[in-house]
Order: sequence, then structure tokens, then C-alpha cells
Amino acid sequence: MSVVQQKIEVARGATGGRSRRFTFTPTVTVYLALVALLVVGSVLVGVQGGVLLDQGGILNILTRSTVLGLVAVGQTIVIVAGSLDLSVAYLVGLCSLVAAETMAGSDGMMVPGVLLALGVAAVVGLVNGLVVTVLKVNAFIATLGVALILRGYLEENYTGPAGSVPRAFQHLGFDRIGPVPVGVLLMLLVAAAAWWYLRRTRGGYHTYAVGGDVDVARLSGVRTGRTIVIAHVLCAVAAGLAGVFLASRLGSGAPYVGTDAGYDLESIAAVVLGGAALAGGRGGVVGTIGGVLILATLDTIFDDLAVDPFFKDVVRGVVLIVAVALYARRKVSRRSA
Amino acid sequence: MTAGGEVVVRLTGITKSFLGVPVLRGVDLELRAGEVHALMGENGAGKSTLLKVLAGVHRPDSGQVEVAGRPVVFSTPREAQEAGIAIIHQEFTLLEHRTVAENVYLGREPVRRGQVDRRKMEADTKELLDWLGEDGIDPAAPVSGLSVARKQVVEIVKALSTDAKVLAMDEPTAALADQEVELLYDLVDRLRARGIAILYVSHRMREVFDLSRRITVLKDGAFVTTAPTAELTSDQLVRHMVGRSLDALYPDRATEAELGDVRLALRGAGNDRVRGVTFELRSGEVVGIAGLQGSGRSAIARAIWGVEPFTTGTLELDGVPRRVTDPRAAVRLGIGYVTEDRKGEGLALRQSIRDNALLVRRAALPGSRGRKRSDLTALLESVAVVARGEHQEVRYLSGGNQQKVVLAKWLAVGPRVLVVDEPTRGIDVGAKQAVHRLLRELARTGVAVLMISSELPELIGMSDRILVVHEGAIAGELPAGASEEAVMGLATGHGIGEVA
Repeated sequence: MSVVQQKIEVARGATGGRSRRFTFTPTVTVYLALVALLVVGSVLVGVQGGVLLDQGGILNILTRSTVLGLVAVGQTIVIVAGSLDLSVAYLVGLCSLVAAETMAGSDGMMVPGVLLALGVAAVVGLVNGLVVTVLKVNAFIATLGVALILRGYLEENYTGPAGSVPRAFQHLGFDRIGPVPVGVLLMLLVAAAAWWYLRRTRGGYHTYAVGGDVDVARLSGVRTGRTIVIAHVLCAVAAGLAGVFLASRLGSGAPYVGTDAGYDLESIAAVVLGGAALAGGRGGVVGTIGGVLILATLDTIFDDLAVDPFFKDVVRGVVLIVAVALYARRKVSRRSA
Repeated sequence: MTAGGEVVVRLTGITKSFLGVPVLRGVDLELRAGEVHALMGENGAGKSTLLKVLAGVHRPDSGQVEVAGRPVVFSTPREAQEAGIAIIHQEFTLLEHRTVAENVYLGREPVRRGQVDRRKMEADTKELLDWLGEDGIDPAAPVSGLSVARKQVVEIVKALSTDAKVLAMDEPTAALADQEVELLYDLVDRLRARGIAILYVSHRMREVFDLSRRITVLKDGAFVTTAPTAELTSDQLVRHMVGRSLDALYPDRATEAELGDVRLALRGAGNDRVRGVTFELRSGEVVGIAGLQGSGRSAIARAIWGVEPFTTGTLELDGVPRRVTDPRAAVRLGIGYVTEDRKGEGLALRQSIRDNALLVRRAALPGSRGRKRSDLTALLESVAVVARGEHQEVRYLSGGNQQKVVLAKWLAVGPRVLVVDEPTRGIDVGAKQAVHRLLRELARTGVAVLMISSELPELIGMSDRILVVHEGAIAGELPAGASEEAVMGLATGHGIGEVA
């Protein structure tokens, strides 16, 4: 064998034929963790004489997942794009008010109310996106700034719940189709749409590219600015839907309904728990939903066990850190391999 | 000899200034179909800017770009792409976590009924890979699992997928190991044979002479000459680039009188990458380590420095057995390491020259903080960094100046042993010589230098002795001035000089 030939062998051999085995991707891990949590939770609740996974329990978990799921699915898109949205919590409150006040109890105003709320959300998302791309402000600061602006507006103009939705509109919040609440279906529908966008459309491909490496994306001819702006608009619209849904459940708009539940940081936590890289370029809707379900399951278990709420937060914090540390470990070991 | 093929691209009188500083002053360039045309010049000569003009990244201030005889004005990279011009950038432009096909068609994904047509994308990628004879790459596999050479193939396929007629390659071998360079040669040859015009930018003389049919030289943004490669000698080429001939390419080797006591001694050292490593390194000596990529030569360096420490055998420093368990321990013992990955591991790119130069001293030798500012100035002068000032961020420096900052970082702590891995990768001829001289001067002050390089002429030119590594063990030692054949013979597991 000549040297050159051998050299070629060496170079070719370097990659080897790695067989595609089943691997513990973050998405797989998060669902395995969810199953484990359900098992452990069932045992713990069972020991105390309760049942975690009866129909009521499952519905409880799903219902808890609805609003956070909507917000987190949107958050997934911006995080994959390498950005972030801290304004979603105030936006949820704002949109619940816009919807409820526009409807003002009248059946005929339901559609305009929803559309106006989503329109307001889209505008806020557009502002977020433009501040990040045109003014080149770091997303953390940009969306924090927008969050503060929204808070200022809400505090100036509202002291408590306002507006009211017609009875008919409350079907969205309380009805079920078969055993499944309409809200859960709405959330899953939005998740499916987001999944389709990220995994099947050019916009989605470009979102991963921009988050993975913005310079690479630009050099490849991707309109990076537009991709990021679209991500922010989609995220904001998802948050707007969450607001609309909450208006339906509460019967009116509530300025702090989003911040009280901490949807800003909670949604980011769910996305990261679902395996997305905070730096962008990796992650997905399926993982995020897993993250949301884990958080919701934890809450349900703790409620069933009547655990001290402070301890609850401690456990949530630990779970989040352990999950991200696990993902990081996988990356390190793969690199050194 | 006139180059065959029709003229695909002609640039005439291209000028370009940034903030009033002229970077290109009237450059002409002509590319013909099926021609490999080398573009040479020192760093800062304007090669990259010219590439970017060609690629539609920059718009020239004056001058004309013609494609297939018709004048064009590109205002975006996309327009250049559509005209059949593709650039392969020095840094890879691949997304590690996306698949080969996703990378190849990034920004131009085929769409069917509102969805990305994955199947078509992968089939088309496969077709291009086959066309290039690279059927071992799976279009659906993520890029992160590919070797560097294969990533480059993906880059090239990405460029070709735009129906490129002109392929500009900026330092395509900078990230490749020796044996991978051969594969690239082969690939360039196949591309040329298929009628693609290739603009080849490289600092490596040998590649340029091996591959190109014509060479265009730039100096300080000005056009110097275009000449058939066959009519140029490497001396003439260097003179064109530098404007003077580089006297004595490498500094003098150490004389017996300059060699001192044994500084570093390894006896039977090993870990899971290398085994039975035994050699001595004397003060004042530059010892080269040769070996193919993956042979373990870098693993030895990284073990000495404690990144992946030796687990067996002994390491003695100035006669005292030591355990180097991590880089911090190495630094405190006076062992320095210039990494092959300058941008990733060598420098904090967004920090100033000053902060980078003081990084090791501040981190590992606390208490020396009180040194005077003039120390630093003297240090930076001694390595001859060219910059606007010591507060300039290092990412704005040329590769050569960045490497000088890395060296300054180690000089600042006065090492006893300095291990340098690919010290001149991707830097221009002038800076290369400066680095060589610096390393030799350092040796003269009593430092023991261990140098890894895959550029054999450099390794042979610099080293007082050469150790050749093959499959994780030292296959042999060669004296100063050994032949390339002898080194390659040992490196590929044959005997000395047994190379076809």
C-alpha cells in the first residue's frame, strides 16, 4: 500500500461508520424523567392514601400545563433563535385585559376581542424583535425593557381586574371535548403549529441556523434579522393566546395574572428543561412540552402531598439545575470522546 | 503558456477603502474556467477584502466586476451566489448540530407545498457528494460527527450546490492535517477537471506551487503581478509578496555550547492516548515532534501541560520528579503551552492585548501583580506586536499578531519549558519568520522548547532534534536537518526513508 493511499485510509477512517443507535437525547431524557416522576409521585401520593393518576389528577396536570404550555411553546421559538423574551408575563396580563375590555360582555365582540388582543401581542413582539435586531440590544435587556414599559402601563391604568367576557366565551376556558379540556387542545394545537414551523418550514430551518451561528446563517444568505423578528412575533402571539385563554377562565382581564404565575422565568425554565440550549440553535417544542408537564406534575404532586410551598420551590430549583447539568455533562463527554 | 478555458470572472481596477484607509488600490484579477488561480500576499495585503468584493460582501469604491463578459454589481452575497460565485471561508460556516443536507441547502431549502422538501434536499446533496466521489458522507448525519476533512467536503458541496462556476477558497488547508491536505488536492483536481474556476488563497508555498496554474500577488492592497506558476520560483514569489527576499529562512540552530542541562525528562510516560514516552529536553534546545494528525503528538504536549495528564511513568523537571495534574500546576512549575487552537484556547478574543498578555501571570502567579507597566510594554515590544495600542481587543489583530500575544502571555511568566503546538498555523510569511526567531531567541535564554508542527519544512528547519510519533508512541528520533522522507517514513510506521 502506498503512503498516500494509507494516508487517505487514515483520514477516511477518522470518522468511522458510527452506527445510529438509540441515544438519550434531551427530549428522550425529559420524557423518561416525566415517567419516572409520575411513578415516584404515584407511590408517594399513594402512601398518603391518595391517587395521583386518576382522571381528576391527569386533568389537573393537563390544566396546569395549558397556560404555561402556550407561553413556553412561544418561548421555545425565540430561544432556538438564540434570543429570549422576558416580556411575556406582562404581555399575558395585557392581552387578557385587551380581550376582556373589548368584549365588554357582548357576544358580538368576541372575535374582535380575540383579534385585537393577538394584534397587540404581535405588535409587542415586533417591537421586541426590532429592538433586538435593528438597535442590536441584547435580548435580555431589550425584552426586560419592554417588560418594564408594559408594567408601567399596567400599573398606571389598572388596579385590578377589568372588562368582562360574555358567557359564551367562557366555553373556551371550561368546556371539554370528551374528557379533554378545550384549553388543552388549544395548547396542543399551538404546540403542533410551532413544531411544524420549526421542523418543516424554511423559516424554522433558518431559526435554528440563526440561533446556532448568526454569522454562518448570514453568510449562507439567511435573512437573519427577519428570522429573529418573526420568532419574537410568534412568541408574543403565543403569550397573547395565553392571555385570551386566561380572560376566558377568569371572566375578566387581570393585569398581573401573568406575573403572579411568573410565566417569564417559568417558561424559560420549561424550555431549558426540555433540552434547549439557552444560547440557541438547539431544542424543540416536543421537549418543551415535556418540561412543562414535569413542572405541572411536580406542582400537582406537591399539592396532593400538601407540601410547604417554599419547599416546593426548592425542589423545582434543584430539578432545573440537575437537568441542565445532565445535558451539559453529555456534551462534555461527547466532546472528549 | 496561456491558461485554457474562457474567462469566467474579470476584475479590473478594483479599489476599496474603509474609513478612509485604502485596502485595495486598483487590483486586476482574471479567472478562467478549469483553472486553479492562486492569490498570494502577506496578511493585510488585501486578499480577504478582494474575496469579499468578489463574494458581494463589500461593494468596491471603483473598478469593474465582469462575470462571463458582462459587467455586474453585487449588493448582497446572494446576488454573487446567483451569478455562480461561491466562497469557502477560512472559518467553517457549518452549523454543528444540523445535518449535512441542512447545512448544504441553508438559506436555499427546497420547498414543496409550503414545507421544506427534506427528501429532495438529501437526494440532491447525495448527488453532489457522489459527483465529487465522496459517497461515504451521509446527507442525513449531523455535521458535528464528521472529521475536519469531511467538514471541508461539506463546505465545498455547499458552495457547489449553488451551481458555482467560480469557487474561491480562503486558506482551505489551515485546519487540515497533512494527510487531509492530500485529499483536498485530489478534490481540487476533480473540481478543476469539471471546469470550475478556483481562486486559491494560501500562505503555503508548496500548495500554491503544487496546485495552481497562475499566481496573482498583492502587496499592501496593490496589484503586483499575475504570472504563470511555471515561470516563478519560490524566491521570486516571496520577493513579490514581501518586496524583499527573506534571508535565511530559519534562524541558526543551537550550538553545543548553547545547550545546557536537562530541563524536562519523561520516562515511560503514558496515558490512554500515548504510551512509553521517554525523552529528554535540554535547556537551550528546540526539539520538534512530528507525526500524523491523531498520532498522539498533541496528546503528549497536552499531557506535559496537565490537560490530560500522564497516568504512568515519571516526569522530571530540572532533575526533580513532578506530578503535573492540571494546567495550573504546569504553569506554577514553569511549563508553558501554546495551543494549536489559537482562537479557541489561546486567547480571550474580546479582551485587550494587555489582559491577554497578563492572563497567565495574573491567574497562576499571584503576587507578581505589582510589576510595572513598563514591563508589559517591553514584553509586547519584544514580541513585536503591531497594534493600535495595548488596549485593542485581540480579535481585531491579524493571526500573526495574535500568536505574538499568545507568546507574550507565556514570556510574561518566564517559563522553563515551552511547548508550542502548530505555532505558525494560518499566519503569513513575515509573521512566521518572526515567530521562528522568537522561539529560537527564547531557547537561547535557556528555555527548552518543544515544537509540534505538521509543516515539515518548518519542523525540520527549526528543530535541533526531531522526535517522530506514530500510533501513540515515539517511533524514533532524527538529528537536525533530517529529510522529509525520513520523517514521513517513521510517521507512517515504515522505517526511515522507506517512502515510495
